[in-house]
Amino acid sequence: MNTKTFAAFVGPSIFLMLLFIAAPLVSVFMQSFYVTQPIFEQVEVETCTPGFPTQTCVTETKIQPVLGEDGKVVTDVKYVGLESYYNVLEPDRAWAALKVFDFDALLTIDFWKALRFTLTFTLVTLPLVIGVGLAIAITVNNATRMIRGPIIFVSLLPFIITPVIGALSIRWLFIGDGIMTAFLEWWLNQDIAMFAQGWTIELLMMFYRVWHVAPFAFLVFYAGLQTVNQDTLESAVIDGASRWERLRYVIIPHLMPLIVFVSLIHLMDSYRVFEEIVGFSSQAYRISLQWLTYDLLTPDDSGNRSISRASASAMLTMIGIVVLLIPLLRKTWRDHKGGRV
Amino acid sequence: MLKKLLLAGAMSLAVTGAASACDFENTTPVKSLSAGFEAWKAVTSFMAKCGDFEAELDQEFRTKQPAAFAADPSLYQIGGVANGTLVPLMNEGTVRPLDGLVEKYGQNLTPNQLIKINGETMAIAMMVNAQHLMYREDILTELGIPVPKTYDEVLAAAAKIKDAGVVEYPIGATMKTGWNLGQEFVNMYLGMGGEFFGPDNEATIENEQGVASLEMLKKLTEYMDPEYLVSDSTYVQQQFQQGKIAMANLWASRAGAMDDANESQVVGKVKMAGAPTADARAASTIWWDGIVIANNTSDEEAEAAFRVAMNGMTPEMVKENNDVAVWLIEGYVPGPLALGVVQTAEAGALPYPASSQMGLMHTALGNGVADFLTGAKDAQTTLKDIAGAYTTSAKEAGLIK
Repeated sequence: MNTKTFAAFVGPSIFLMLLFIAAPLVSVFMQSFYVTQPIFEQVEVETCTPGFPTQTCVTETKIQPVLGEDGKVVTDVKYVGLESYYNVLEPDRAWAALKVFDFDALLTIDFWKALRFTLTFTLVTLPLVIGVGLAIAITVNNATRMIRGPIIFVSLLPFIITPVIGALSIRWLFIGDGIMTAFLEWWLNQDIAMFAQGWTIELLMMFYRVWHVAPFAFLVFYAGLQTVNQDTLESAVIDGASRWERLRYVIIPHLMPLIVFVSLIHLMDSYRVFEEIVGFSSQAYRISLQWLTYDLLTPDDSGNRSISRASASAMLTMIGIVVLLIPLLRKTWRDHKGGRV
Repeated sequence: MLKKLLLAGAMSLAVTGAASACDFENTTPVKSLSAGFEAWKAVTSFMAKCGDFEAELDQEFRTKQPAAFAADPSLYQIGGVANGTLVPLMNEGTVRPLDGLVEKYGQNLTPNQLIKINGETMAIAMMVNAQHLMYREDILTELGIPVPKTYDEVLAAAAKIKDAGVVEYPIGATMKTGWNLGQEFVNMYLGMGGEFFGPDNEATIENEQGVASLEMLKKLTEYMDPEYLVSDSTYVQQQFQQGKIAMANLWASRAGAMDDANESQVVGKVKMAGAPTADARAASTIWWDGIVIANNTSDEEAEAAFRVAMNGMTPEMVKENNDVAVWLIEGYVPGPLALGVVQTAEAGALPYPASSQMGLMHTALGNGVADFLTGAKDAQTTLKDIAGAYTTSAKEAGLIK
């Protein structure tokens, strides 16, 4: 392919990536260093609201934004440097807690609490997704051709379900006297409340994520299994390799690039864990970094939102993903370079 | 008190008499954005009878409304608001004074409905809402417990009910982390006589009342389903309907559902009473729901919108939906379900103190109180951290210098 054709093919997607990924990223990066505040004034306001039997009127000093001549709120944009990052990370409190090895105190700070959960969630689900995905792929690959179709269809179902809906359905199975809780209570003969403490919710969230994402890993691995060199496998059989040894020394090395690929995708996805928090309404016990950003962005009843801190939190999330991906990216890069030489 | 209301209701019914579906034919496109609970469905379905009207009922309206009304022209002519959600619209000046329109088309309105800010009518209220005590009359009578008037009595009653073992959990509460939990604290803290802010908007919750409120909430949770931190209004309503709880401080707008034979197994057994009092007054806040008209819209559109809205708030609408809400509209006959709100107001409950600062405080409370209930922090630390979270966001918002 000559350079011109190549540019014509790649150009549009590069343009769109710049427009929809790079530009917002730069904008968020900039916003994390500035705060925009309305100019406020103190005014005496008399407010009359319904009461029984007549209205109640209260006069109080209220603080309200000044409206400019165009009828819009007058705002003031201020450079604050790293202050928003500071407010998200709360390094003073974190350090005070760390100095005395008081991890409980550290985990009462939103960011660190979220980071703890996000990391645990990501690192625990990663091997499970790969393991379960591989297991299903090998099972399906060894199944007779006749039942292969239905098995593939059924194992893909969790992947098709909208994440929030999937999370909600699992929540409804377990919340209060949900079917599963009622069953467990009957079986174990004791009172169970899955949503009354953090660790049970955390387990449910991880279970849900593995259930939801394993089909994706399965799909990729199953495709990979079709390209395993049959000659190598046959010679391994002749050499007396057991089923396990064939898996360990032939199949897994062959699938390694795909395993790295699935890991990359999974790390990126699960570091942004969000649906589970909302679906299982676990905010009281477990929050994630992405949820923290969302919470800062959500306006309250009075319309306040913390754009600057939300931007800082988003940037920190991105930095976290990059740090997590570095080992895998380095491996891919080395393989890539090795391939060339 | 109740008699007076009844009388007023009966009188207004007598004078208005029957009228047609809508008093004019609307030809200007009018759109409204409001919450989606029963009362809004009732009101907007009557507005729709005027023609060329589109209602958007969305429980997430509060996140959309400020932006939609700030657009020029505004995306909606009519907005459904409550105490809290009026604040951002007022702050940004996106709603218009209604005095002229009230004079022209508001003959049916009672003075109680006009929400006045600095003497100007900025919104028209249609109903009041408050959290108040709902209880299983049969259980309390059987165990010889008088209807609790204070939170100490609630605890005593809960202990008796628990010992008797007649329901799974004596108390239900809307303690879902976030807005609901924040609201529970606001109720209790105001009931204890607390003040949220000092003269320069600094948080003043680190005091005796704050600690007392947290401790009372925690004592109550001992009688609740252990999953109380995920329980919202609908969950508590279902707990009642399925006979799992005996008492709850629940929204008046949920009262009707208790006697809905399609859903409820306890029809006729749940009675209403005022919110229990804490140290100072009834631990609840009074809310109103009503409509505003957008500023960024032409006068003709605003006029049409107002007339449409007035046709939603008619005695006929109330007649058809009497028990859906505690209406402020003429023609309302307060039934037994309204008792809770009336008694709560009489016991001195304050209107919800909506303001920009309060929005931030509510969020900080909603995210922070759970740490005390789960035992992660003690009361002082919890309040200190909440005050800290509030201060950080208030500084970022420019409310504190």
